[in-house]
Amino acid sequence: MNNYLISGSPHVHGGESTKKIMYSVIIALMPAFLFSIYYFGFNAVRVTLIAVAACVLTEWLIQKFLIKGECTIGDGSAIITGMLLAFNLPSNIPAWMIIVGSIVAIGIGKMSFGGLGNNPFNPALVGRVFMLISFPVAMTTWPAPQPLFGSQIDGFSGATLLGYVKEGLSKGVSASELTIYENIEPMIYSGSLGEIGSIAIIIGGLFLIFRKVIDWQTPVIIIATAGIIATVCWLIDPTQFVNPMIHIFGGGMMLGAFFMATDMATSPMTMKGKVVFAIGIGALTIIIRLWGAYPEGMSFAILIMNAFVPLINKVCKPTRFGNNPVKQ
Amino acid sequence: MNPKRTFPKGGVHPEENKLSSDKPIVTFPTPKQVIIPLGQCLGAPAEAIVKKGDEVKVGQLIGTAKGFISANVHSSVSGKVTKVDEIMDHTGYRKPAIFIDVEGDEWLEDIDTSDKLVGEITLSREEIINRVKDHGIVGMGGATFPTNVKLSIPKDKKAEFVIINAAECEPYLTCDNRLLLEKPHEFLVGVKVVMKAVDAPKAIIGIEVNKLEAARLLDDIIKGDEYFSGIEVQPLQTKYPQGGEKQLIKACTGREVPSGKLPIETGCVVVNVASTYAIYEAVQKNKPLISRVVTVTGKSVKNPSNFLVRIGTSSMALIEAAGGLPENTSNIINGGPMMGKSVSVNEFPVIKGTSGILMMTDNEAQPRKVGNCLRCGKCINACPMGLEPFLLCRMSKNNMFEDTEANRIMDCIECGSCEFTCPANIPLLDYIRYGKNKTGQLIRSRNQK
Amino acid sequence: MNDILLYSLIVLGVLGGILAVILYIVAQKFKVEENPLIDEVEGTLSGANCGGCGFAGCRAFAEACVKSAAGKGNINGLFCTSSDMTKVAGVLGLTVEAAEPKIAVVRCNGTRVNAPKKTHYEGADICAFAHTLYAGGSGCPNACLGLGDCVKKCAFDAIHIDEEKGIAVVDEDKCVGCGTCTKACPRGVIEIRPKGKNNRRVYVSCVNIEKGAVAMKNCNVSCIGCQKCLKECPFDAIEMRGTLAYINPDKCKQCRKCVDVCPRGSILAINFPPRKPKVEVTESVNNESKE
Repeated sequence: MNNYLISGSPHVHGGESTKKIMYSVIIALMPAFLFSIYYFGFNAVRVTLIAVAACVLTEWLIQKFLIKGECTIGDGSAIITGMLLAFNLPSNIPAWMIIVGSIVAIGIGKMSFGGLGNNPFNPALVGRVFMLISFPVAMTTWPAPQPLFGSQIDGFSGATLLGYVKEGLSKGVSASELTIYENIEPMIYSGSLGEIGSIAIIIGGLFLIFRKVIDWQTPVIIIATAGIIATVCWLIDPTQFVNPMIHIFGGGMMLGAFFMATDMATSPMTMKGKVVFAIGIGALTIIIRLWGAYPEGMSFAILIMNAFVPLINKVCKPTRFGNNPVKQ
Repeated sequence: MNPKRTFPKGGVHPEENKLSSDKPIVTFPTPKQVIIPLGQCLGAPAEAIVKKGDEVKVGQLIGTAKGFISANVHSSVSGKVTKVDEIMDHTGYRKPAIFIDVEGDEWLEDIDTSDKLVGEITLSREEIINRVKDHGIVGMGGATFPTNVKLSIPKDKKAEFVIINAAECEPYLTCDNRLLLEKPHEFLVGVKVVMKAVDAPKAIIGIEVNKLEAARLLDDIIKGDEYFSGIEVQPLQTKYPQGGEKQLIKACTGREVPSGKLPIETGCVVVNVASTYAIYEAVQKNKPLISRVVTVTGKSVKNPSNFLVRIGTSSMALIEAAGGLPENTSNIINGGPMMGKSVSVNEFPVIKGTSGILMMTDNEAQPRKVGNCLRCGKCINACPMGLEPFLLCRMSKNNMFEDTEANRIMDCIECGSCEFTCPANIPLLDYIRYGKNKTGQLIRSRNQK
Repeated sequence: MNDILLYSLIVLGVLGGILAVILYIVAQKFKVEENPLIDEVEGTLSGANCGGCGFAGCRAFAEACVKSAAGKGNINGLFCTSSDMTKVAGVLGLTVEAAEPKIAVVRCNGTRVNAPKKTHYEGADICAFAHTLYAGGSGCPNACLGLGDCVKKCAFDAIHIDEEKGIAVVDEDKCVGCGTCTKACPRGVIEIRPKGKNNRRVYVSCVNIEKGAVAMKNCNVSCIGCQKCLKECPFDAIEMRGTLAYINPDKCKQCRKCVDVCPRGSILAINFPPRKPKVEVTESVNNESKE
């Protein structure tokens, strides 16, 4: 018998696949990864590998023994979660903490909702926030960068740029005095793996935009919103608010804007929705940074806006064809 | 020519694969037997008016339209009716058909079989529409909607534009392109006929820029002959579904057909290229719709071709003429790859709506693994109607037909752009079609109450 | 420290007391008088909300029962499974005519062996959609498509697609004969029939209405309308619907003569003990999967 395939139209496919999208993101994360290796040396590799391995293993175990479904680790989404989680960690964090964080990220953040595409919150951020609350000391003690070539950078501070600014301001030091370049120079490369290489992250982000995996609107609007609010505050009172460039290029702004806010499953689906979502993240981030208890607000902002995504999707419908009055 | 235009939202660009675009139309030899299905159009099938043993001539009426949405069926050959029975169509279901054994090639006397171009339109509006109806002309792009219904403009409406759908946005298909290149004068007279029938002062031929040769040819003819004034060639961006009725109107005139309304709301009448040519033949040459151009193509097909085929010819004969059925065929499609239908059997008669026979290779048709919805929103971006395919799919799956209606499932034109882009390979359109069907039932049952 | 404890205890205690009183008053004021019988009747029902009775759910059905019992004095014309109806009647103090227990019967035996597939389908697992797309893998336009629209609708988990056979199979112990699956099937393959004496049933397991010659091509066990069974039946229980034989369950006395005489093996006899060895033909029909 001929045994023809019967299927509904269309009979051709564009060739895009979940796997291709996920591996594009992994490729896009590579510049930032290499940059972190350059600055933190072997520790960067250690943290990233442990996080990725723990995430993939957790997903495999849950898929195999709890859900008893098909193996889904091949799609690469667990690798991304692992990498993004690692990029949010200090380079000297103990291995067992990374593993706990990974289990929470994948187990609670993703698989408990039914796996890829069903999770309301970005799994890497769920893991990161869980770790931040559970291990506050380990998560906020930043080792000095240890470049691959050359000796340890002097001026070990133990604080990120944003943390240093926050602490200084709370002590009543003027913002303009705080941000004299000589004062902040040692802190520029202090922070989590993904915080330090803004340029590398932008390169990866541009690759994703070029590959049409993400839209340019989301990151640009997030950064613009945050930048505008920071600039306005700075112009009003330069003694209380630091230079907006520190907010834009410091902390996890780039990583969050390009890689975490654009996560497909946890961001709105229409362009209108994406704009609302991005403005929300930008504003919340800067509000938390300026007036909140934490020096960094990107993860909280993204998680809060993730919770609004179903609502945004419900309200922001695409423009329907045939809704406009007939033009004569 | 005008600068190229397109519709504003959504759409995809599949590989064009117009393998047979430079193959001239070959007149296919009259087969030994034809099987003419009675249901060749949308709506009710025709009723047979011949019986076993009757002698018929080419162009003779053998089935009369039953009901408003129905079309006459004519004999495409001369010979003897062997039986009126059921035949398996491309879906595998059995449909009534007339079997005719061919004897000679004797045409009815009043049909003008010469090649001479008849430019002068002598018939009146009503006569043209009646001629179109009597000669069984339907939309030959695939939807097979009776053309006379389309040309009968309601009294309170006025047609401003005739839009000729020469977009041929389906990959692989080239039959309209070839027809434009080889019969441009006849086609343009057909446009004039349609313009007269609907009393429209202007006609726009919407043509994708991948058929620039045809577009230039038509433009030159129009510019060189005062007779064709009022006709305009509008190049369009190569984008699927450029040939969707509503998208075409939007691209050509900037008008948007309101949701749930017909194109005449915007003063437009859309006619397909092949239908326009058939209208020319019917009105100017008195020739019923008994043949059409069919593209036989596929990546592994030895000799992709365009054939001028008598209605009722077996598909297998066409496939043989194009170099035989390739070994690695896993899927035969009646029509184009985006909107065509899979066939269950490789032997089915060519009907008025068969624009192409496409043989897909194992590689192309390989079933892809269905994954979880990523909520990436690619389907929303691809939808030319501004719908949310993933949502409609999910609602249809859960039988939530009031919600699908509220989310405008009935606006879906079933172009398949959503499924084409879906990275998780979800059969979105399957579910949406099912939901559309059920939602339609829901609406009908509510209207009856 | 103790003060804090004390104050909070007092405040919360008083608050709790006040709210309890308010709740009580509200509950009294807005009390809806409802016949307690409705709850009782609902309690006897399965709670599957299958909709087989024609009501919106078990609750609505219970209301209808109570209303009917109060108004007309009987619950005739209301339908649920016979065992449930007996219980409902018991609660309402009525008697119900012992309705025959019913069961869903899949009248298609087009298994992968009996009706080999000529095409394969990829797409949404919806029979209603596949039905519009093609005639079916075997080419029979009336056969079970095996995509499980009935399975999705069954509230009792009583019907499944047999992976080996590729068609729907009813679980006799679970099926209550509510008829939801018959409405779900786009091809009308499933019929609700009496469960039969000792659970034994004889029926034509085919719904193909094509002519004999055509029906023969696609499936080895299709009814071809030869009428042999019609002539054989001593009880006049078999009728022809076009070219399809149909056994009227009310007239059938389960003699199984039609089973023996059917040249196609499309008449099935279910749950009969194996016959004496002399008639081997029917045994294989009984167990068609072994063929």
